[in-house]
Amino acid sequence: MSNAPKAAIAPPIPGILGDAIVWIDARFPLVKLYKEQVAEYYAPKNFNFWYYFGSLAMLVLVMQIVTGILLTMNYKPDAKFAFASVEYIMRDVSWGWLIRYMHSTGASMFFLVVYLHMMRGLMYGSYRKPRELLWIFGCMIYLALMAEAFFGYLLPWGQMSYWGAQVIINLFGAIPIVGEDLAVWIRGDFSISDATLNRFFAFHVIALPLVLLGLVAAHLVALHEVGSNNPDGIEISKNPDPKTGTPKDGIPFHPYYTVKDIFGVVVFLGVFTAIVFFAPEMGGYFLEAPNFIQADPLKTPEHIAPVWYFTPFYAMLRAVPSMFGSQFPGVAVMGAATLILFVLPWLDYGKVKSVRYRGPIYKRFLVAFVVSFVVLGYLGVVPTTVWGQLPKALPLIGGADLATIVARILTVVYFAFFILMPWYTRIDKEKPEPERVTF
Amino acid sequence: MKTTLRVLLASLSMAVASAFASGGAEIHLDAAPINLKDTASLQRGAKSFINYCLNCHNAQFMRYSHLTQIGLTEQQIKENLLFTTDKIGDTMVSALDPADAKDWLASVPPDLTLSARVRGSDWLYTYMRSFYRDDNSPSGWNNTVFKNVAMPHVLHDLQGTRTMAKAGEKRGHDGKMEPVFKLAVDREGTMSPADYDRYVGDLVNFMTYMAEPARSQRTQLGVLVLFFLAIAFFVTLALKHEYWKDVK
Repeated sequence: MSNAPKAAIAPPIPGILGDAIVWIDARFPLVKLYKEQVAEYYAPKNFNFWYYFGSLAMLVLVMQIVTGILLTMNYKPDAKFAFASVEYIMRDVSWGWLIRYMHSTGASMFFLVVYLHMMRGLMYGSYRKPRELLWIFGCMIYLALMAEAFFGYLLPWGQMSYWGAQVIINLFGAIPIVGEDLAVWIRGDFSISDATLNRFFAFHVIALPLVLLGLVAAHLVALHEVGSNNPDGIEISKNPDPKTGTPKDGIPFHPYYTVKDIFGVVVFLGVFTAIVFFAPEMGGYFLEAPNFIQADPLKTPEHIAPVWYFTPFYAMLRAVPSMFGSQFPGVAVMGAATLILFVLPWLDYGKVKSVRYRGPIYKRFLVAFVVSFVVLGYLGVVPTTVWGQLPKALPLIGGADLATIVARILTVVYFAFFILMPWYTRIDKEKPEPERVTF
Repeated sequence: MKTTLRVLLASLSMAVASAFASGGAEIHLDAAPINLKDTASLQRGAKSFINYCLNCHNAQFMRYSHLTQIGLTEQQIKENLLFTTDKIGDTMVSALDPADAKDWLASVPPDLTLSARVRGSDWLYTYMRSFYRDDNSPSGWNNTVFKNVAMPHVLHDLQGTRTMAKAGEKRGHDGKMEPVFKLAVDREGTMSPADYDRYVGDLVNFMTYMAEPARSQRTQLGVLVLFFLAIAFFVTLALKHEYWKDVK
């Protein structure tokens, strides 16, 4: 932090390297940036398991960009050649299969890591003042990531690519009045075609990566401005060391968290490479079997399911009954489910940030929220008939698919977590926060 | 907090368990004898694939030259396996014109390069052993795995023919007697049932290789990579402990 003594800047490094640093520093704040962002960025010393996923998300982002660049060297964004070019990469390009599997596995692992990262923020109140903007940048990254994944999924031009995109673009078609025109505008055609593939390629490889990188930079700048939260949800800057001015409970990011994160990276890569080398299809969840058939606009697959990371929202979409012959209510609910994350900082009236010191009501709501998200995720993968039908004798819901009714209840639970938050965080019996972080 | 985590883990594992449980197909599939290291089996499978399947189906992403990966020399490929082309770098394309196929077979036979990844090896293995005579179908054949499939039983000389014959009755759900059908041998083939199973096994083994030629290389390399990461695990863990000794 900027409280560090001035004399420490520009350590004398002997030889030509030291001279080079002095030369650069006279023209660009190299050492200053390094100190502020890495060596003298003080992070709380009590980070736990949940704090690995931020740096892991960065790792996956870089991996996706590098493997993505390599893939574009042989991929052809053309409805005639796209599918064949992916098989060409898998068979004829040296190490093409490895690059492709890293990219396809990376997409799913990106979401896994980001979901865990968001869960961390939720549990420890990392969205609370003064980190509201940090949280909002994060939500924007999540939205951009969803768009990036959606555009990318069309590119292999398999059956699931084609029909999955069809389903999602039709959602926009459900918007009243402008919907149909909007869907045509997105596709660039009346159905998904070569024109759609071309523009999705452009979005996937340049437009959204630029947006993502910009947002990640903003996310990091905001983080380093306000400092990291921690599992206790207390501000370490309130307890500075009188001698140095640095937080007593803080340790420099480098070397402490760099070595810790390197260990996290190794564990993560263990899981990642196990999937890449031994189960790249991940039982049909990362690469779906119908996507090994070239897109055929005349043959609809038996069961269209989005990739697993979209399924909680897809389950909500299917759960909401259509009104006035329009699917729009479901689409609106699905959109609201992601957008409601943005206002979270202003819904929480708790005096403490971390779940460790929250009261019993909040904890129950949090568990209900996570369970509803996970079960909705499962219900979005399977057909609505998976749990059979309710007995006909029941009033109102008799004969309906049990899974649909459960999905409706869970959708309500999902939203209740947010909408009721101003109420239950105010009345909850919280425990006192400690003065200093606990280890 | 501990209980919260426990509930979360329990619900996650339940969701995963039910996701896998629901993946089971209704038709019983026999396990295909897949062994991608058995190059003799792969070569026998390649020969049957090119002699039979390739008459109507394509494998348009598979190059003949890649058959060197299963231990054949270019000379062997050229002399024994090139029928529709004379360039070894070409992909496996059938001589059958898709328009003719539509006329004769009512549908264009699907490309088979990736069929082992679309349907699964077990499905292919069971399917190729499940044809029976059916005078009601246009091709004269039907299949217990793929009902009313347009494909005729190309290997019937080898397997022989079977019919669906009434083999008794059983009481149905509504109390009425319903006929039970079973496959019965109509005419013996040139192969014994065990030989035919082995023959189809080789074919499916080859199709499994063809769907993902990099598979053996992938798993071999994977072992090395995980071994390296296992070492890195201990090194980085020790490094972390060394640096964190003074954090109290």
